[in-house]
Amino acid sequence: MSGPNTNYDPVQVSALDEASVFDMRDAALAAINAAIDLAGLKEVRSSHVGDRSPLALANREIGALPPQARKDAGSRVGRARAAVAQAFEARQAVLEDEAQERMLLEERVDVTLPWDRHPMGARHPITMLSEKIADVFVGMGWEIAEGPLVEAEWLNFDALNLGPDHPARTMQDTFWVDPPEDHLVLRTHTSPVQARTMLTRKPPIYVACPGRVFRTDEYDATHSPVFHQVEGLVIDKGISMAHLRGALDHMLQALFGEGMRTRFRPSYFPFTEPSAEMDMVCFICHGSGQQDEGECRTCRGEGWIELGGCGIVNPRVLIACGVDPEVYSGFAFGFGIDRLLMFRHGVADMRDIFEGDIRFATPFGVEL
Amino acid sequence: MRAPLSWIKDYVALPDTLTIDELTDRLTALGLKLEAIHRADITGPLVVGRVLTMDPEPQKNGKTINWCTVDVGDANGTGEPQGIVCGAHNFKPGDLVVVILPGGVLPGDFVISARKTYGHVSAGMICSGRELGISDDHDGIIVLPTDAGVPGQDALPILGLDEEVIEFEINPDRAYAMSLRGVAREAALGFQVPFTDPALRDTPAGNGEGHPVSVEDPIGCPVFVTRSVTGFDPSAPTPTWMVRRLEQVGQRSISLAVDITNYVMFELGRPIHAYDADKLQGELVIRRAVGGESLKTLDGNVRALSEEDLVVTDASGIIGLGGVMGGESTEISDSTVNVLVEAAHWDATAMFRTGRRHKLTSEAGKRNERGVDPEICEAAADRVVELLVAHGGGSAGRGVTVVGQAPATAEIELEPALPQLISGMPISAEMTNAILQQVGCTTTSAGDRLKVWPPSWRPDLTDPYDLVEEVVRVVGYDDVPSVLPPAPAGLGLTQEQQWRRRLGRLLASTGHVEVISFPFVGTTDLDNLMLADDDPRRTTLRLANPLSSEEPLLATTLLPGLLKTAARNVSRGLEDLALFEIAQVAKGDRMGPTPILGVDQRPSEEELAGLTEAVPAQPLHAAVVLCGNEDRAGWWGSGRPANWSDGIEAMRMLADSLGLELEIAAADLAPWHPGRCAELRLAGEVVGHAGELHPRVCRNFGIPPRSVAAEIDASALEATAVAVPQAEVFSTYPVAKEDVALVVADSVTSAEVSSALREGAGPMCESIRLFDVYVGDQIEAGFKSLAFSLRFRAPDRTLTDAECAAARDSAVAVAVERLGARQRA
Ligand SMILES: [Zn+2]
Repeated sequence: MSGPNTNYDPVQVSALDEASVFDMRDAALAAINAAIDLAGLKEVRSSHVGDRSPLALANREIGALPPQARKDAGSRVGRARAAVAQAFEARQAVLEDEAQERMLLEERVDVTLPWDRHPMGARHPITMLSEKIADVFVGMGWEIAEGPLVEAEWLNFDALNLGPDHPARTMQDTFWVDPPEDHLVLRTHTSPVQARTMLTRKPPIYVACPGRVFRTDEYDATHSPVFHQVEGLVIDKGISMAHLRGALDHMLQALFGEGMRTRFRPSYFPFTEPSAEMDMVCFICHGSGQQDEGECRTCRGEGWIELGGCGIVNPRVLIACGVDPEVYSGFAFGFGIDRLLMFRHGVADMRDIFEGDIRFATPFGVEL
Repeated sequence: MRAPLSWIKDYVALPDTLTIDELTDRLTALGLKLEAIHRADITGPLVVGRVLTMDPEPQKNGKTINWCTVDVGDANGTGEPQGIVCGAHNFKPGDLVVVILPGGVLPGDFVISARKTYGHVSAGMICSGRELGISDDHDGIIVLPTDAGVPGQDALPILGLDEEVIEFEINPDRAYAMSLRGVAREAALGFQVPFTDPALRDTPAGNGEGHPVSVEDPIGCPVFVTRSVTGFDPSAPTPTWMVRRLEQVGQRSISLAVDITNYVMFELGRPIHAYDADKLQGELVIRRAVGGESLKTLDGNVRALSEEDLVVTDASGIIGLGGVMGGESTEISDSTVNVLVEAAHWDATAMFRTGRRHKLTSEAGKRNERGVDPEICEAAADRVVELLVAHGGGSAGRGVTVVGQAPATAEIELEPALPQLISGMPISAEMTNAILQQVGCTTTSAGDRLKVWPPSWRPDLTDPYDLVEEVVRVVGYDDVPSVLPPAPAGLGLTQEQQWRRRLGRLLASTGHVEVISFPFVGTTDLDNLMLADDDPRRTTLRLANPLSSEEPLLATTLLPGLLKTAARNVSRGLEDLALFEIAQVAKGDRMGPTPILGVDQRPSEEELAGLTEAVPAQPLHAAVVLCGNEDRAGWWGSGRPANWSDGIEAMRMLADSLGLELEIAAADLAPWHPGRCAELRLAGEVVGHAGELHPRVCRNFGIPPRSVAAEIDASALEATAVAVPQAEVFSTYPVAKEDVALVVADSVTSAEVSSALREGAGPMCESIRLFDVYVGDQIEAGFKSLAFSLRFRAPDRTLTDAECAAARDSAVAVAVERLGARQRA
C-alpha cells in the first residue's frame, strides 16, 4: 500500500516546471534560427538539441518526479523537444540548400574555353559517296559486287566484247603489268566485276559494282590515272532500256532529290548495244542553264550534266559469260564517282581527292 | 568532225525555217553529238584590199616592217588608199589581202583603231589566218586568189566567216558520219527530207587501159581503183570556195591537187591518194610488207615495216603504206603535171594496226580504220578527176583501173518485235521495217523474221541489236520511258562489306582521317622503308608502262602512300596527324600468264579456275600513320604525343570491332623501331605490325621523329571475324578482386606474364588487367614490376576469401615457375 511521497520537493525539480521547459525550448529555437550556416547549426545541435542539451537533461529528471507529476512533465518536455527537433531539421534543410546554391555559384566555369583535345577524324568522301550510292541500289534490292584491281586481260576486255584491236587496249590507255604477255592489267573499269558476276551467278542478277579503276591519264585538275566508278548490271527476263532509265532516275532522285531525270543520247560502247550516253538534269538550275541571272556554273549553261554511259548488254557479252541471250536480256551503266563528288560537293580540283590533305576530308565527317 | 552548214545543205533540202539549234538538237538525238557551233568572232569592217605599194623599212630592233598603201575601195569612206604597217612579207603589190579597218573587232575582243607605230599612223591591219581565228597559220598574212573579189568588198563571206560550222563528236561506230555525205544523210533522216547522194554519179567502168595494178592481198585491199589526169597545171590555185571549206573543216590549203583529194575525202568520207604519175615505175603491186623492209613516208620519217603492214609497190620498191600514208618518192610536187589518183578500200583492222604500230594518226587513217563505204571508190576517184580537170586544167586519162569488188554486207535476221522488247517503247514491226529502210537497209520478210541487208556505208551493222539501236535512235532515245526494274528481294550488303564500313567508321570516329593514295611505288620507297632485301614486300608487280619511271611498282604495303601523304601534310603545317587508309594491295608473286579465253561461249569451269587463280592475290589492308600529338595541348595542359602504343591500340580496336582478339608479340621488322615493334597475330598467324617508326624511316620520308605506323591484313581479320556474336552467360554473384605485383626481368613481356597468370588463375578468373608498370629505385636494375588486378567470380555462389587467395596464388605460381617472376613485397 503506498502513501504520499513525503520526500516530494517541488524545488528539487524546478527544471521541469512549465516556465523552465518553455524557456529551454525558446532558447533552443532562438539559437537554431540564429545559426547562419551549417557549421553554426552544428554548434546549436550540441548545445540545444543533442543528448547534453538542457531539454535532454530535463528529460532525465522526469523519473525523479512523483508518479502523479510524471505524465504532465513528460508530455511537456516531449512537446518541447519535438518542436526543437523539427525546427532544427527545417533550418538544416534551408542552410543545406543555401550552401549548395553557394557552391554551384562558386563552381561556375568559362564554358567558352575551347575543348578540342581530341581532333575529329573523317572518312574519305569518295568512300562515303560510294557507300551512299551502294545503299540506294541495295534499297532497290540489288547487291554490291567487288573484284580485284589487278585483273585478267580477258575479263577486263575480251569477255566484254572489247576485242584485241579495241583502241582502249593500247599502252596509251591501259596500265599493263610487266611482262604484257602475262595478260594482266590494272582494271580500266569495274566491268570485269560484272563479267565475274555473270560467270559465277545465275540470273536474275541485280548488282552494282563501285570501285577504283585506272587509266593512263595525265594527272591534273580534271583527270587522274586513278579514279572511282560505279557500274550497274541487271540480267533478267524482259529487261529493257525503260528499266535502265528507271533505275538511273531512281538513283539520281535518291542522291539529288525529287524531279531529277536523265536524258539518253545514242552512243557507242562495245559492252552494250544499243548504247547511250546519259545526262542528268542539272541539280542546281534544274535544266534552265541559268543561275543568279547568269549562266549556271555547275552545268556551264547547258542545263544538263554528262553522267556516263549505259545500254543494253551486248548479247556477245552474255554469250561469253554464259548467259543465254534467247532467255535473258540485261542492261549496264557506269559513271565516275569522283566527278559526281566534284559537282555534288563543289570540289574544284580532282587532285584534292588524292593528295590526302586532312583539310579536304575532315569537313565531310564520318557519314555523308 | 566539222561540217559547215552550207555544205550540209548542198545535199539535203532542209526547211528554210529550221534553226541551227533545232538541227543540232535533232542530230545529237540521232547520235551525232554537238560539240560546238563555230561562228566568226569578228565584227566588221573586214574587207578585201589590194596592195598598191609596200616599202620595207628596217627597224632598230632588227625587224623589217612594210609601210603599205592598200586600196580598200569605199570601205574607208574616203576612197583614198589606206596606210597600214604590216610585219609580214609573204605578199607583193597587186595582191588581194584581207584588211580590218579601225572600228573592227577581231577574236579575243581585239578592237582595231588607227594608231601610231614605227613612225606611221597605221589605219587598220592586214590579217593572218591566225588573227582571224580560222587557222593556226601565222607565218604570213592571207593572200586571196586574184578572183576572190574587189577592193572594199566584205571579206566575211569570202572567207566563209559569215557561216556557221557545226562540230560533232562522232562515235567510233559511225565512221560514215565523218563526211558531209554522212552528216547530210543523218539530217535528211532526222527531218524526213530528200537527200542527194554526192557519191551517186555516172562513172566510167574499168577498161584495162588504166595504170597496171596487181593486188596480191585481196583481204587487205578488196578494191583498188586508179584514174589519171594528164597536163595538169601545178601552179593553178585552189579556188577560194574550196580553200574556205577546207579551212572550215579544219584542213589548211596546201596545193590544188592535195586540196582536191582532201576535199573529196571530207565530202564523201573516202580517203584518196594522188601520185605524181611520172615518178611511178610500172605496175603497182599491193601486198603485205616482208620483214626488214622500210619506207620513207611523206612526213620524212623512215619506218621499219612489219609483215602486217599493207604496202603499195612499183618497180622501184615500196612507194606507200597503203591507206595510211604515202611515200616521199612519188608524192605530188609543185612540178607535177601528170597525176595518178588512187581510191582503194583497205581492211579496217589492218589500218588500225598499222596506224597504231607506226603511231600515225591522220584524217585518212581515222576513216580507213573505222570503216569506209567500199562501194564508192570509183565515184570518189571520178570526183577527184572532175575537180582536177576543172581547176587545174589538163584532161582525164581514158584508162580506168578497177581491181576487186566491194565485199557484200552480210544479211542479218531480225525478230521484228526486238526493238520494242529492248527499248520498252511501242514499236511495231511496220515501224521497224520502215526505219531500217530509211537508214539505208534493204529488207525483206521471211516468215516471222525480217531479213536485213545493211547499206554499204554501214559496216558497223552486223548484229540484230545493232539494228535495234538504229530503230530506237530514230524513234527517239529520249522517249524511252522510266520504269523501275523488278528486282527480287536482295540480301543487302555482305558481311564483309559491312565489316569494311565498320573499320572505316571506327578509325574515323577515333580521330583518324582517311586518305586515298595511288598504289604506285618505286624501289626508293621500299628502300626508304628500310625493307630487308628478302622482305616479301619487295616482291612486287611491275607496270610495263608506268606513269612515272620513278614509281613503276604496285604497292604491297599501304605505308609508302600514307607516309608520303603525312609528309605532304607536315610540309603544309599540319603537324598533328592521324591518317588511315583501307585499300587492296597487290601481292607480287608471279602466277604465270593469265590465259586469253574464247568469247564464243562460256569458258569451262577449269578454264575459269585457271584464269582466276592466275590473278595475283590482292588482300585488303588497313593502315594508320600517326605524327605529332595524339591529344592536343591546350589550356588544360600539355598534349600527349602519339607513341608506339597508339598504333597497336588502333589495330587492337579494329580486331575487337570484329569480335577478334589480337595476340601481341615483340618483333623487329622494318620500317619500325627494332625495340618498339609489335607483331599482331591472329590464331598464331602474323596478320600485321604496329609500333614506332624507325628514326631513319621518319627522316627518309620527311616526317617528325617518333611517328607511329601500323598495318594489318584486314582480309585476314574478316576471314576469322565473328559473324554472329553469341550472348555471354554472366554471373550475378559478387566479384572478388585480388591485386598482384610481380617483378620480372625486362626481357619478359607483359603479355607473357598476363597469359601465365591467366593459365594459373583457374576457371573462376573473370579478367586480368595490367594496371601499373614500375621501373625504378625500389627494383633492381634490369627488372620491372608489373601490377595486375584479377577479378574472380563463380557462376553459382559467392566465392570465399580462401578460394580467391588460392586462385591468386595458383596464378602467381605459374608466372613464378615459367617466367622467374617473384611477388613484390
Ligand atoms: Zn545548271
